[in-house]
Parts: sequence; C-alpha cells; structure tokens
Amino acid sequence: MSTLTARPASTSEDSDFLTVEPVTAARVLRSEWIKMRSLRSTALTLLVGVVSMVALGWIFGWANNANWSELSPHEQASFSPIDATLAGYHLAQLAIGVLGVLLVTGEYATGMVRATFGAVPRRSPVLWAKAALYTGVTFTLMLGAAFAAFFGGQQLLSTHGTTLSADGAVRAIVGVAAYLALIGVFSVALGFIIRSTAGSVATLFGLLLVLPTLGLLLPSSWQDKLLPYLPSNAGATMFSARTAADALSGTTSLLVLLGWIVPALAGAALVLTKRDA
Amino acid sequence: MIEAKNLTKQYGDKTAVDDLTFTVRPGTITGFLGPNGAGKSTTMRMILGLDAPTRGTVTVGGKPYRRHARPLQVVGALLEARAVHTSRSAYNHLLALAATHGIAKSRVAEVIEMVGLQDVARKRAGGFSLGMGQRLGIASALLADPETLILDEPVNGLDPEGVRWIRDLLKGLAADGHTVFVSSHLMSEMALTAEHVIVVGRGRLMADMPMSELIAQASSNAVVVRSPQAAALADAFVGADISVSRLEHDTLEVTGLTSAQIGDQARDLNISLHGLAAKKASLEEAFMDMTRDEVEYHAHTPTGHQIRSAS
Repeated sequence: MSTLTARPASTSEDSDFLTVEPVTAARVLRSEWIKMRSLRSTALTLLVGVVSMVALGWIFGWANNANWSELSPHEQASFSPIDATLAGYHLAQLAIGVLGVLLVTGEYATGMVRATFGAVPRRSPVLWAKAALYTGVTFTLMLGAAFAAFFGGQQLLSTHGTTLSADGAVRAIVGVAAYLALIGVFSVALGFIIRSTAGSVATLFGLLLVLPTLGLLLPSSWQDKLLPYLPSNAGATMFSARTAADALSGTTSLLVLLGWIVPALAGAALVLTKRDA
Repeated sequence: MIEAKNLTKQYGDKTAVDDLTFTVRPGTITGFLGPNGAGKSTTMRMILGLDAPTRGTVTVGGKPYRRHARPLQVVGALLEARAVHTSRSAYNHLLALAATHGIAKSRVAEVIEMVGLQDVARKRAGGFSLGMGQRLGIASALLADPETLILDEPVNGLDPEGVRWIRDLLKGLAADGHTVFVSSHLMSEMALTAEHVIVVGRGRLMADMPMSELIAQASSNAVVVRSPQAAALADAFVGADISVSRLEHDTLEVTGLTSAQIGDQARDLNISLHGLAAKKASLEEAFMDMTRDEVEYHAHTPTGHQIRSAS
C-alpha cells in the first residue's frame, strides 16, 4: 500500500479534538446496534421471520376458507380464525432463535468477542445490550408481522374470519410478538452460556420442537404435570385465543416463560464474567 | 505502565504462566520474548482481563484493566489471533468499537487512513490477507490513542514496508511517552525495535533487562584469534569460564576472555597474533542460549547415530 506513511509522533496529531467518553450502557447499546445492522445475516434472517409469520398466516386463512366445506363439523366448531392466521410463529421462532444465538456465537467463532470485551472489559453490559436490543427489534418487527398476518388472513378467510374487536384478538397479536421476542432473548442467553453455534441451536430446537413431541409419549397424568411448563407450550397458552379448560392461565403462562428466561439470563451473566473469554 | 505481580495462570495441572513479576515502563519499547508455548499470549490476555489469573495481579496505569472507565484509552491491543467478525466490514468493525467510547466517525476514518486500509475499508474483513488483517488490528488498537500499546506479533504477515512502518510507529509512540509492549518471534526485528526485553520460558521469567545487556551476557560472545602458534596459545587459555575451540589450524574461537585480555596474554607469551576480532552475539543467539532448556516444543533433528539405533 503506497499511501502508507510513518507517523513518528502521537497517532492523534490530526485530531487534537479526539474525545474519548466513558463506556456507558447507552454507548454499548449503540455499538451493538452498529454490529447488528452491519451483518447481512441479520436482515436476511429477520426477513425470513417476518415472511414466515405473514405468508403462513395468509396461506392458512386462504386454505381454510377455500376448503371450508371439507372440514368436519367438529373442526368447523373448534376453528379459531385468530390462531390460524398467527400460526406462522412456529416457523418464525426458529429464525429468531437462530439469529439470537448467532449474535453471540458468531463473535466467539470469529474471535470478535476479544475486541468486544477489550472495549467493554466488564462484559455484562454487552449481554444486557444485546438482550435489550434484540428484544426491541424482534418485538417491533413481529408485532407488525402479526398484525399483517391477522388482517390479511381475516380478509382471506372472508365470512369465516373475524375482526380486531373479537375477544382475545389483540391479546393474541401482542402476545405472539411478545413470545417471539422472549424466545429471542432466551437464545441470546443460550449463546452466551454454550458459546458454540451448533450446540446452542441444537439446545434451542430440542427445547422448542423435540421435547413437546417426546412428551406426548409420557403417561397422560405426567403430560398434564410437565408439558404446560415447556417454553413453547407456555408461550402458546399465553397468547392463544382458544384456551383449553385445563390449561394454565395467560398470566401463569407468561410467568412460566419468564421462569425459563430469567434463570438463563442470570446464568449467562454469571458465566460471562467468570469464564476466560 | 504495566505492572505484573506474581502473575500465574494454570490450566488444570499445566502452568502456562508461572509467578511472573515485571514492570513495563513508559517511554520505551519493551520486547516480550519466549519460545512457543512460553506463556506470552496468555500473559497479554491476562493484562487485558480476557483471562483471569489463577494467582497474582496485573494492572495497567495503576488499576486492573477492567476497572478503567475508558479502557480503550488506557490500552490498545493487537492480539495474535484475529479479533474481527469475518462478515463485517473494517469500517463498521471500527465504528462499533468507537461507539462504546463515544469516539467520532472522523477518528475512524483517520485510523483507517493511518494504516492504509482506505481502499478496502468497506469490504468484508473475512476476505482480508494476513497483512491487511494486521493493519485492521493495529487501527483498532490506535483508535482511542491509548497510553499503552500491547501488540502480539504485530509484524506477522506484513511486507517489508509494513514492517518498517510498524517499527517507526512504535518508536514514535515510545518517544512520545507511551508504553509499548510488543512480542515477536522475529529476533532480528526485535533487536532493531526494542530497547528493553522481558524473556519468558515455560511461563517463568528468565530475563528483564536492557537489550544491550542481554546480548552482552550471551555465552556466544566470542573472540576469534588467528596466530601461527595457535596450539601454544590455546594451551595458555585455561580457566573455569574459558573455552577454546579450534576453527582452523591457525584460528581459535575463545569465549570467556576479552580481546584485550587475549592480546595482552599473547604479548606476555611472546606469541604473535595475525588477527583478533570480537564476535558479537546476535539477539537470536542470546535468546537461544537463554531458552535452550526452556523450550516447550523441541524439534529434534535426527542424527545418523539416532537413525541407526532406532532401527
């Protein structure tokens, strides 16, 4: 590089005005925002999440309306136009979970984490900034996506659809966005605890997809005691418009979900400061 | 100013850094030397708080690194392993680091230009060559104009012009009152750059002294003597610390005596000298001398005898 010149004196000779401020939570948040938006994988993965949410909601609306006459009377009676148009969350949660993990494990895999902790050697502000930022970003995007899925889906359901004023509709839309944001934070915490991308993603998918299915092989008395407390099931009852009689209440479900997330965050904060980076 | 006191790091029952106590002072370049696996990188990571010491303490500017409100202004570091997300551009990497300390965008542009990366600053750092990666690491280290610089193998992968640039940069920073702590396995480069050296072997401190002193005490400092009566002269040099080897029929290499002592002795014995030259050890020889028994990973060159006995 021919433009290279040696600077014999201070490296800031051109900038007598170089100001260096103390590290604060707000500055770490700003730094994490720059990091998040400067990776192409962020936009791509979030786009997958939004598209899953919206497109599946519309597809379920359209498909159920088009085939309404083929549904059994029982299926027709138990059909929830709210739940059907928000069902895209099943796929969206995977995209959000993977990105949440990658925001952390991507730094460990590339060595970026050494630069991050070099600038913020107390480390825990990095965890809180990533968690807060990702919660905000996913909640905002998923709230928009859930509304789009709902309105479009109801249009496509035509006479079988419902409106925003229906009982539980707003709670379901806000609830599904909150659930997805909480899965996002949970995956950030998992990333800090496990540090490897493969391990974190496998753990997350195991918890969200495999355990609920495996649990169905348990005797039904056990199922009732255990399954509602899995994060995906607690999430579903938290926002579902149509709740089974024996299910947990909405508030209890939220508390159960927080019962997974708060210890995960606390564990992440603990190992983050204890372990060598 | 970096102060390490009884700094120790153990991984299981393996001791990577063993009771290191040293001070790196401002205004001079301190070289950090040691064979592979001697604990140099671990020591540097402990200075930055990336690894926690098993025992002992290390402070920068009087406090542990993590206690500083503006860490990047205290230490700028280039570690041996890359510390950049491969999918992010150099510009955004520096911008994110700058944001933690409220450093202006104009300074980011300035350090990019300073290291000569302006043409590739918007490209993915993952596509950078080794030398470009080093330049980006140096740009990160200089971002907040830190009081102390810690550089692990900074000239790795740089072209000769880059090596010279680093040397001039470090000398300028030291002359300006900065603390510069730099490791390198390139002894010739270290000899040109560092004024003070800290040598470690298997995690232990082996030397902490001015460069000139380290070289002066090397056993490979020798005097080459040419004389028609070489054999007679060789017989005259006896003593515990003196060794004589015969290079040619009229040439001796003597260690443990100065040129002056040899010249005087030859005159006393009435032996004529045709040549008398001091052979100064290089830093490499001084270093090899000191760390011969402390090398973690020996490469054995099989000799004919060994090959025969193995079969």
